[in-house]
Amino acid sequence: MTAATDFEAEAAKRILVLDGAMGTMIQTHKPDESTYRGARFADHPRDVAGNNELLSLTQPEMIRDIHGAFLAAGADILSTNTFGANRISQADYGMEDLSYEMNVASVRVAREAIEKMGGGRRIWVAGGIGPTNQTASISPDVNDPGHRGVTFDQLADAYGEAARGLIDGGCDMLLVETIFDTLNAKAALYAIAALRDDGVAVPPVMISGTITDRSGRTLTGQTPEAFWVSVCHAKPFSVGLNCALGAAEMRAHIRTLSGIADTRISAYPNAGLPNEMGGYDETPEQTARHLGEWADAGLVNIVGGCCGTTPDHIAAIARAVEGKAPRKVPAQVRHLRLSGLEMFEMAGADNTEGAVA
Amino acid sequence: MSQVSRFINIGERTNVTGSAKFKKLIMAGDYAGALDVARQQVENGAQIIDVNMDEGLLDSVAAMTRFLNLIASEPDISRVPVMIDSSKFEVIEAGLKCVQGRSVVNSISLKEGEAPFLEQARIVRRHGAAVVVMAFDEGGQAETAQHKFEICKRSFDLLTTRAGFDPWDIIFDPNIFAVATGIEAHNDYAVAFFDATRMIKAAMPDVHVSGGLSNVSFSFRGNDAVREAMHSAFLYHAIPLGMDMGIVNAGQITVYDDIPAELRERVEDVLLNRRPDATDRLLAVADTYRGAGEAQKKADPKWREAPVEERLRHALVHGITDFIVDDTEECRLKSARPLDVIEGPLMDGMNVVGDLFGEGKMFLPQVVKSARVMKTAVGHLIPFMEEEKARSGDRSAKGKIVMATVKGDVHDIGKNIVGVVLQCNNYDVVDLGVMVPAEEILNRAREEKADVVGLSGLITPSLDRMVEVASEMTRQGFTLPLLIGGATTSKKHTALRIAPEYDHGVVHVDDASKAVGVVSSLLSPARSVAYLSDNRDAQEKLRSGRDAGERPTVPLADARANAFDGGFDTYLPPAPQTPGLTVIDDMAVADLVPYIDWSPFFWTWEMRGNFPEILDHPQMGPAARELHENALRMLDRIIAETWYTPRGVVGLWPANRDGDDVVIWEDEERRAETTRFPMLRQQGSKSKDRPNLSLVDFVAPTGIPDWIGGFAVNAGAEIHAIAERFKAAGNDYDAILAQALGDRLAEAFAEALHARVRRSLWGYAAGETLSNADLIAERYRGIRPAAGYPASPDHTEKRRLFNLLQAETHAGLQLTESCAMWPASAVSGLYFAHPEASYFGIGRIGADQVADYSHRKGMDMAEVERWLAPNLAYDPRRNPQPQAAE
Repeated sequence: MTAATDFEAEAAKRILVLDGAMGTMIQTHKPDESTYRGARFADHPRDVAGNNELLSLTQPEMIRDIHGAFLAAGADILSTNTFGANRISQADYGMEDLSYEMNVASVRVAREAIEKMGGGRRIWVAGGIGPTNQTASISPDVNDPGHRGVTFDQLADAYGEAARGLIDGGCDMLLVETIFDTLNAKAALYAIAALRDDGVAVPPVMISGTITDRSGRTLTGQTPEAFWVSVCHAKPFSVGLNCALGAAEMRAHIRTLSGIADTRISAYPNAGLPNEMGGYDETPEQTARHLGEWADAGLVNIVGGCCGTTPDHIAAIARAVEGKAPRKVPAQVRHLRLSGLEMFEMAGADNTEGAVA
Repeated sequence: MSQVSRFINIGERTNVTGSAKFKKLIMAGDYAGALDVARQQVENGAQIIDVNMDEGLLDSVAAMTRFLNLIASEPDISRVPVMIDSSKFEVIEAGLKCVQGRSVVNSISLKEGEAPFLEQARIVRRHGAAVVVMAFDEGGQAETAQHKFEICKRSFDLLTTRAGFDPWDIIFDPNIFAVATGIEAHNDYAVAFFDATRMIKAAMPDVHVSGGLSNVSFSFRGNDAVREAMHSAFLYHAIPLGMDMGIVNAGQITVYDDIPAELRERVEDVLLNRRPDATDRLLAVADTYRGAGEAQKKADPKWREAPVEERLRHALVHGITDFIVDDTEECRLKSARPLDVIEGPLMDGMNVVGDLFGEGKMFLPQVVKSARVMKTAVGHLIPFMEEEKARSGDRSAKGKIVMATVKGDVHDIGKNIVGVVLQCNNYDVVDLGVMVPAEEILNRAREEKADVVGLSGLITPSLDRMVEVASEMTRQGFTLPLLIGGATTSKKHTALRIAPEYDHGVVHVDDASKAVGVVSSLLSPARSVAYLSDNRDAQEKLRSGRDAGERPTVPLADARANAFDGGFDTYLPPAPQTPGLTVIDDMAVADLVPYIDWSPFFWTWEMRGNFPEILDHPQMGPAARELHENALRMLDRIIAETWYTPRGVVGLWPANRDGDDVVIWEDEERRAETTRFPMLRQQGSKSKDRPNLSLVDFVAPTGIPDWIGGFAVNAGAEIHAIAERFKAAGNDYDAILAQALGDRLAEAFAEALHARVRRSLWGYAAGETLSNADLIAERYRGIRPAAGYPASPDHTEKRRLFNLLQAETHAGLQLTESCAMWPASAVSGLYFAHPEASYFGIGRIGADQVADYSHRKGMDMAEVERWLAPNLAYDPRRNPQPQAAE
């Protein structure tokens, strides 16, 4: 069975568990500048501390061990250490040209962790595609709202290169995540579609947006419904939310998505909202209690953790959803939906009430 | 929010080929004006806006990109989807790269053959847009129904089988052409559209059919009545056949039933091609209807005929933005310098507004609207002034005010109002927002070259932050005047505590209407010296008369001996039905509306009066009614679109009185203490029969089971962000409205929750039935005093309450370092059920009680004195007290 179809079959049977926070786990190793550099980049002209994706090249065993800890905790899906492994984010470190290599290597490291664990359980590798550190919909210049710091084409090129690396590395799916600007995500989806049109075997795509605060909108102002409508053309394997919010604050938005999206729903919240020190205080049991309740309510197909979630969180989450039925994917929506910051829906042949709601 | 629609009307006013006005704005590079056109369309109900930049003299790719990028930062426009309209695919593609939402492309066609059609379709598909397809092929535009249908069917098959389109993402435009042109071949054009629509929908039921309506009546340009009749009749026949989208100018249609019978019959003869002489017969009557169109009925109001200066004044006073840019431009063209427009007619107009406001003939909501007009006008002039500034170095504003709500405080409605009033008087206002540290305020004041610094705060600790800012200004060598405002501030506190820290003018501003007068005096070279010296004298007088602070108090022991007797020998306190914590997440905004106390809402807007009488007030009535209607309209949206999600928590705990503390027990065994609330007691000298009250008096002493409750409610974590979004869009009016409603809903929530507590959770008044007026008049048993208010003035006790309630987890509420609740539209307090419990003020307390309280509370005495500064009956700086008075 190929990755795509066995993944689909398994998702129909149970709720799948995604891993936890790579960044949080890297911090527990307290890497310093020399750790990041390793031998290969000892003479790199710029500081590289904080370039977590570089660790896939310089400290692969550290990343492999982190994957291993999440596997031991019961994760079904590993997401690769590639959040910032794209040409645009890497420009901060002068490492643009390593983006492709970082993506290939990060998938391999995840695969090694699976091999090292050995035995029985089917594990999938999701190639993570982060938001980059630029935004296509917001001007960086307060005096000129029409200005843009990055173009759609630059984003699409960077995303295309990253996706190509993940696919060449052998990932089972792509995970376009932490989307705070939907236009960035659309550039990623555009690049992925272009790869497909060029004959590349593109694996299933998972999409995960970010509701940045309690206003219930993305950073660029979209409601969860409008966000879904803006990316639904990619016919993704799943859509969901991650980061920024804890489970308590995220639930209403997951429920909203669950109510309108004709695909699977994923959710991987932070371990609560950050405290004054920027840390996360929610215990594994607290996070797991929320996600377990979402499973009971039939809201989710894939769950996991984002910032602040440790292997203990993932283990608790895996226990909390074990044996619970995944959300049933609704029938395909057969009418025109459009969006600005809000969703606009046109009555179709399948929708005869047609009233203004 | 979302909408489901049957017929979609696409706005075409942001189309250079469809709107002369829009074209003029774009050609002049006036994108702000162009955005206003878009905004108006959305405000007037356009569900999708069509953007077209196809003009030969324009770099259409650049214009499309710039306009769509600008729309992205205008949330009141970008909430609706965009139709990216061009006959050039490169313009369409440039547009698709700018929008995060799901758009419609208008249009592609088989005009140049299958290969380019499929290539374009695939690109559109990759961007996720829906697509309009014209009935156009290699041979040209289809004219007959059969040909239209064939092209659409062929396009459909290509799109769905070879470009990955879903049928419902395809919109066909089978071409609406002009009829009644006198050319016989054209007589069947409308019928061809009708028939094609029917055939398309029969063969491809999921697709949509659209068309540009105005073409059909092209022969009757200049005769609006006939055109409107033709448009309405066309839709009347096409919609039932399946036309479900159209580019229709809402000003160019009329109500089908309102079309005179004779005209309707002749129009339909033409559209349906019912008789060979249909065109002649319509022409024969057309002239008799000329001049009866909708536009003529809405003939320009008289004021449009006045000279331009007069029109500007009228627009400012009446808050009309519709013509302001054109009028401002007209005025600019006849003025020597753009600044003359501001200093002349615009300031004259705003002075009228200011005078009317000062005289109480205009009200704050109207002034905020005037400010919006002024902003628009000034916004139009700024580019011209900057151009000029480059040459002359002139300044446009009369002065610059940097203002902020101080660190630890989150309340900013009042500050926002002052900001708007100053702005509309042409001061430059830099608003730093809430919770701003002294350092940042002063850094920004320096960077911005401010002329005045303004500080705002609502809670007691903010007074200390203001003192800090003042002393820091002295240390850093500032010489700018400092304005002090906000509910907790006073002339006296300013004189006594803040002014002595800073020598260059500290002025207390009571309310927004005074702000302009104060600032203009401070910044006038002629008046400022005298004004500051008067201000200083007045403050000196307040300081010297300040034995005021030294109020007589009775000794604490005497006050305790004169406590209120709760009669606990005969009164049996009721046990709660639902002890412990109860999370409240089922109160929707709609449930809270009946509990809203509207009077304070009007006070927020500085309209003093009681609701509902204020609506009929001889002067304020009209403005109050309009404000109330706008508030109700926003409430409807808040409810319909679930803007706010209220959350709250109640706790009911076993408790007893121990001295002046309320002890909270862990359980009904009443052995282990969870915590204790130290209470304060009135210390004024009382006449015989009146007790020295403390909240603790309403709780039974140990040995008799009693309970108290606590609560915290949050009207919606979203309120701040929503207000910010309005503000960012330049809509201060709605920003203030959203916040003011949030505050009212928080109070309403507290009231509704108190009723639930009395009737069920605690349940001591299960049979209570009270009207809303009774509720507002507090004609019920029990009280819910809040920390920081007169009966328990110590804000820091909120920390204890929040811990007990786990308010952050259950109500999403946090406390700032100054114990302000965040988000700000929130209420918290304690519940007392005693039948004689009532609200009162602690008033001034003596050093003996402060020492005792600080001991009971375990807080340093100096710190207690800081938090309770307004309640001290002594000056802690003049009479330093020993740390513990035992």
